[in-house]
Amino acid sequence: MKSRSLGRAVSTLTIWLYAAIILVPMVWVMTNAFKYKIDIITGTVFAPITWSNFEALLFSRQSNFASALANSAIVSGTATIVIIIMATMAAFTMTVMRVPNWVRWSILGWALLFNMLPTLTFVGSWYLMFASADLTGTYFALITTQIVNLLPIALFLMMSFMASLPPELIQAARMDGCAYDQVFWKIAFPLVRGGMIATTALVFIFSWSDFAIALTLSNSDTMTAPVAISTYAQEFEIRYGEMAAATLLTIVPAITLILVGQKFIVRGLLAGAVK
Amino acid sequence: MSAASLHSRTAGKPSAGIPPTGRGGAPRKARRNRRWMIFSLLPVVLFFVVLSVFPVFNLIGTSLYDVRWSGGDSTYHFIGLENYRQLFSTEVIYWAGLRNTLIFAVCAVTAQMILGFSMALAVKRAGAMGRTLLTGIFLLPIVVPPIVIGSVWRLVLGREFGLANGFLGLFGIPPVDWLGNPDIALASVIFVDVWHWTPFVFILMLAGLEAIDEEVLEAARMDVRSSWQEIRHVIVPMMLPTIVITLMFRIILSFKVFDEVYLLTSGGPGTATEVVNFSIYRVFFNQDRVGYGSAMAVITLFGMTLAIIVGRGLLVRKRKNDERKLEQ
Repeated sequence: MKSRSLGRAVSTLTIWLYAAIILVPMVWVMTNAFKYKIDIITGTVFAPITWSNFEALLFSRQSNFASALANSAIVSGTATIVIIIMATMAAFTMTVMRVPNWVRWSILGWALLFNMLPTLTFVGSWYLMFASADLTGTYFALITTQIVNLLPIALFLMMSFMASLPPELIQAARMDGCAYDQVFWKIAFPLVRGGMIATTALVFIFSWSDFAIALTLSNSDTMTAPVAISTYAQEFEIRYGEMAAATLLTIVPAITLILVGQKFIVRGLLAGAVK
Repeated sequence: MSAASLHSRTAGKPSAGIPPTGRGGAPRKARRNRRWMIFSLLPVVLFFVVLSVFPVFNLIGTSLYDVRWSGGDSTYHFIGLENYRQLFSTEVIYWAGLRNTLIFAVCAVTAQMILGFSMALAVKRAGAMGRTLLTGIFLLPIVVPPIVIGSVWRLVLGREFGLANGFLGLFGIPPVDWLGNPDIALASVIFVDVWHWTPFVFILMLAGLEAIDEEVLEAARMDVRSSWQEIRHVIVPMMLPTIVITLMFRIILSFKVFDEVYLLTSGGPGTATEVVNFSIYRVFFNQDRVGYGSAMAVITLFGMTLAIIVGRGLLVRKRKNDERKLEQ
């Protein structure tokens, strides 16, 4: 028994050490957001707190970060809503109805393959397509490409949630004379809400994180927060404080989600990874 | 962490074998059902066809042209397979990128799997205090935008004011140029990726471990002498599906790497941290060689598709073999 409690202590220690390794760099950058540049450079740990980085980032005329955050919210919000609606309906039909095999396997096969291929191989083509329609730099281009990019994950997630609906319920509704659209609205939709929330959370996070699409298809007006951060890092003189402040503001949705919906994220990740 | 969701792989099959009703009014209802099927699937199909199937053909087409930009207009000259000939003869950077991507994938994924699996074993066997808080911390790198990870580590590994060199300085070790030295830049990028994705492997592995039936484990424990044997002959075989799936998932994701590299090193110094995705991006968007970039994208697409199909084929064959062995 003694060795067991020793093992417990060692494993607790190891795992918390790893947690510390995750946290320290993040926390270090976050604290930089509240420091004056001179304190960042000299590495002062307990420096006086300042909001000047946030003020410069959000309210100064040279900075476009406030509008970048708004762009991110518009693009990710719209894309997520459209994705969830489309994925929930399609997942229901694919799981519950008798879809012709060739339709089923071409949709699923392509979704699976497309999900594995690097986004970077597609952005070039998207750029050409939207350029020929004079649509590069528009919200339309950003939102539609976000949708197609995250549709496979949402579809797989929603299908795994739809598959866990009790078949007897659906059968009973069919016996009572419900057509499939009625089954969807009356049975599946109310029951699968938890799954929809989990999928929404995950899709929104991924969409908010996207960099490759936004980098190539946005312009200075529709630039999203991750693209804005990358421009700060590439300026000749890195503005450490503002970059740290921008980083902090960009991860607010992620942190909120961990605090509120940890269970949902884990569930979504597990269902998504299995595909 | 629900273990059941790990086994929902059958989601693709119709879950309820609902018999067709075949009573009066059936034709009208059949039409209605048909309408719903089309209505619910069509948007997905449209999005896929227009924005992911068509682009593949678009890329193949463009790769046969030499595209010149002048004043916002582009002119296309048909040059046949010239772009491909160039890619396979004179190209250097793309192939250096492919080499780095392979090294990156193998090293990073191996480290993540070993670390993630050992930590999951430790937590499963001995337990750890503060599970919820731990999970929260471990989720952090997964949900934070990759560009933020890049930005954090760029600041941490910064040569002059970075945390890493500050820490080494405490022991009197001179500052290291983590991202600027061609000999260690790739190792630094791999390190960041391991930091980034080990928690993900850990979470999947822990879920897999907790799904193992405790009674089966107890029974197996009778036959083994050491805990190493238990891991080697009992736990690993039972965990194999989870391990293989996580491994595939991570390998595929590591071929997608772009954001972190873009911010950390932009492929440099030289070609030290060049990756395939970055080569395509640079040729397409910095050098405006659209035709050539398309050829690179096409080769990458088809190479990966082939690898995925072969990989899956091997996996399916292995699974069938295992099942046959079980039956005997």
